[in-house]
Amino acid sequence: MLIFEQAHPGRRAHAQLPDIDGDIADLPTDLLRDSPPALPQCSEMDVVRHYTRLSQKNFSIDTQFYPLGSCTMKYNPRACNSLAMLPQFLARHPHAPAETGQGFLQCMHELQEMLKDVTGMAGVSLAPMAGAQGEFAGVAMIRAYHDARGDSARREILVPDAAHGTNPATAVMCGYTVREIPTDAQGNVDLEALRAAVGPQTAGLMLTNPSTLGVFEKAILQIRDIVHAAGGLLYYDGANLNAILGRVKPGDMGFDVIHMNLHKTFSTPHGGGGPGAGPVGVAERLLPFMPVPVVVNDNGIYRQATEADLPQTIGRLSANGGNAGVLLRAYIYARMLGAEGMHRVAEFATLNANYLMARLAAAGFELAYPTRRASHEFIVSLKKLKDETGVTAMDFAKRLLDYGYHAPTTYFPLLVPECLLIEPTETESKETLDGFVEAMSKIRQEAESNPELVRGAPYTQPVRRLDDVRAARELDLTWKK
Amino acid sequence: MPFIPHSEQDVADMLAAIGAERIDDLFDEIPAELRAGKLAKVPSGLSEMAVSRLLTERAEADGRYLNFLGAGAYEHHIPAAVWQITTRGEFYSAYTPYQAEASQGTLQLIYEYQTMMTRLTGLDVSNASLYDGGSGLAEAVLMAVRTHKSGVSRILMPRTVHPLYRAATRAIVHNQKIDIVELDYDPATGRTVLPAEPGAFAALVIPQPNFFGVLEDVDGLTTWAHHHGGRAIALVNPTSLAILKAPGRWGSTGADIAVGDGQPLGAPLASGGPYFGFMCCKQEFVRQMPGRIVGRTVDAEGKPGFTLTLQAREQHIRRSKATSNICTNQGLVVTAATQYMSLLGPEGLARVARASHGNAVKMVEKLTAAGAKRVFSGAFFHEAVLQLPAAVAKVLHALLGQGIVGGYDLSRDYPELGSALLVCSTETKTEEDLDKYAQQMQRILSKTTEPPPCARK
Repeated sequence: MLIFEQAHPGRRAHAQLPDIDGDIADLPTDLLRDSPPALPQCSEMDVVRHYTRLSQKNFSIDTQFYPLGSCTMKYNPRACNSLAMLPQFLARHPHAPAETGQGFLQCMHELQEMLKDVTGMAGVSLAPMAGAQGEFAGVAMIRAYHDARGDSARREILVPDAAHGTNPATAVMCGYTVREIPTDAQGNVDLEALRAAVGPQTAGLMLTNPSTLGVFEKAILQIRDIVHAAGGLLYYDGANLNAILGRVKPGDMGFDVIHMNLHKTFSTPHGGGGPGAGPVGVAERLLPFMPVPVVVNDNGIYRQATEADLPQTIGRLSANGGNAGVLLRAYIYARMLGAEGMHRVAEFATLNANYLMARLAAAGFELAYPTRRASHEFIVSLKKLKDETGVTAMDFAKRLLDYGYHAPTTYFPLLVPECLLIEPTETESKETLDGFVEAMSKIRQEAESNPELVRGAPYTQPVRRLDDVRAARELDLTWKK
Repeated sequence: MPFIPHSEQDVADMLAAIGAERIDDLFDEIPAELRAGKLAKVPSGLSEMAVSRLLTERAEADGRYLNFLGAGAYEHHIPAAVWQITTRGEFYSAYTPYQAEASQGTLQLIYEYQTMMTRLTGLDVSNASLYDGGSGLAEAVLMAVRTHKSGVSRILMPRTVHPLYRAATRAIVHNQKIDIVELDYDPATGRTVLPAEPGAFAALVIPQPNFFGVLEDVDGLTTWAHHHGGRAIALVNPTSLAILKAPGRWGSTGADIAVGDGQPLGAPLASGGPYFGFMCCKQEFVRQMPGRIVGRTVDAEGKPGFTLTLQAREQHIRRSKATSNICTNQGLVVTAATQYMSLLGPEGLARVARASHGNAVKMVEKLTAAGAKRVFSGAFFHEAVLQLPAAVAKVLHALLGQGIVGGYDLSRDYPELGSALLVCSTETKTEEDLDKYAQQMQRILSKTTEPPPCARK
């Protein structure tokens, strides 16, 4: 039932009405609305009950295992939330003078410094509000760099065919055309194709490493040399940073600019789809172009550097400087982990992925790249199962929900047919992984003995399988009485 | 090992199953020369107790102030229930609702949110939110250009639009061959002045209230934009929409797109975020709208349920041909805003808007009595521009010493206004708060030298 269907004319959450009222007789009547907006009329308890019940219709990390490839669904420590919500932090206005936010700004400055260290970059800006905005900032900096040198014939961004969809979409937003680079049979960037593709038109290459195929680009140093020799810059998509955190620094691999997804690697909450945070890190030559604000330390006084300090900046990505509260949560997480904790993130994320991959392979599941090590994630292909039983990766994913597991990422990357991209993260125990293997094996047995059962899944969720086609064809986007 | 549950025995068993001797062996595909050394700038890890002490100290260093600063981010009371429920793990730690059957809570909530936003804006459809108001305006500009079949890409942008929104829009559309033409304002009223011969343009941005707090002639502006073949983009404050005419009713046919920052609907100021941008539009433009959208459909048994829809617009399907690279909504903040709107209801939100306006009128009266001067004659919502007989920066500094954040210094963005200050009051201010501000203003402007009472909270 919708909140609107529970509403009752004249009912109110009385405690929420302001103590005072105001007179609006001085406002021109032709600018006023005729009747109040039809928001729900509910008591406070109605609202609390309704949204508490809605919350219970969700899967979440706090309630279920989420082996969701490329999403790094690790535990979100509670301390990060409660400390980021201390009243002084919440009350501070974004445009209040720096004197009123020295505690907050010091946290942000230290976060920048820690992120510089773990990524091996010369500068970090915390301004981007999500991974895709970090990508935008990164590619915009590549363009600003070339333009500032008068090297404006570079109009093409190279993107591997296994890349996230945001990569080509971002390149287009920055006024570039996109050329795809194929992947070889081992899951690596095809070096010959890359050599053939680069030239004076190349602005840069966007790369995720480990790639979205769950393997490390072994030839990364050759890739770096090919792109740099052609005059292009190397962009690191930090989607899979968790796989190498504390182990390999993107700066050491030769990347000129990177974005990080703090909602993945630094464990800020996904929140049902956001807010995230997508800071960018840059090599020396891109420092002048960083998005503002950037927090600087002027002899012990912290402040936000603006366009006046960075005249070549690509500018502002938001009105208020970014998702401060998300950044604060990431800062708290980083301080709890410390250097030794960060080194262990990649180790245990990789251990869990390789263990789960070995167990699933032993249970008879087909791996997309059986001869490769898993990074922090790996791919299982259900193509054979589909050919034999008609059960698809999507059916399999929906059936996993019945077993109490969130589905892995399905149908991405697009290169591997009927794929499940599986990422357990470092925060899951061996028992949880074992339970998942057991569920996977049972579902495969079900697919072989009773494929209709799997194809009809899920059965235990608040709704059965939803009709997406109808949703797009008969648009119902708002409730009408 | 914070948040890693493995015992030594677990590690040994897992390595045995993999057929590796050490965890290090699992990294054998990575060139050895790439192995990072110790992280020199990351301090040692802290327990929860130690990190709690550290953050409490940092928060106390920030202090608490009596705030009269608005300029796009507004202090409103947030019901206790809002963030208690929003930070329930089931909302807080859930993923994007791609697996719809396991995300009905988030999806239904977004559907309710979309419905509420269309009721506030008077438009047909809403998306599930964008990052913030500033980047939302950039997306609205890009969307307006997409809907304009003629290929015209000039945008008319009043200088009464928030300077930081204009900055964000410039940065985001910079490489897409969009020409942003700024429109001046009437120095007497503070309202936008329309050009006599505008030429072809894709859209006119109409802020209501504008950055000066002044109410624009939205009917006239909308009709004018449509008459000249452009779209009307409404840039609105959601609280004000409880009392002000909805963009869907502006002019004869309504604004085409409405955007703004949703922060006033339950998001704390929090040094700038997370907030969210909202976007609504007429039905005919829904396929050009960026961002996630939730639709209601039915399940295999005919029971209603909710799912993400129109995904063919989005980057994970369309890649380089997507409407935007955006692949997030500010989900958690929208979760808060939906509850905020439900708890306030139509009467509560209208009363917040009226009380904010009433307090702002009182504040302006008291501050003008204290020596400030009103700059614009146009009616205002909950903010106003005041001219001071002293340098704004100095006055603000002196106010800060008394625990007051006095407003937004306009001298950098609008030097022509002289020593001008943008001040704001919402329903959170009491008569005593307003008096305190006026007294301190008077004292500072009259350069009295008697020691002030210590006012810092």
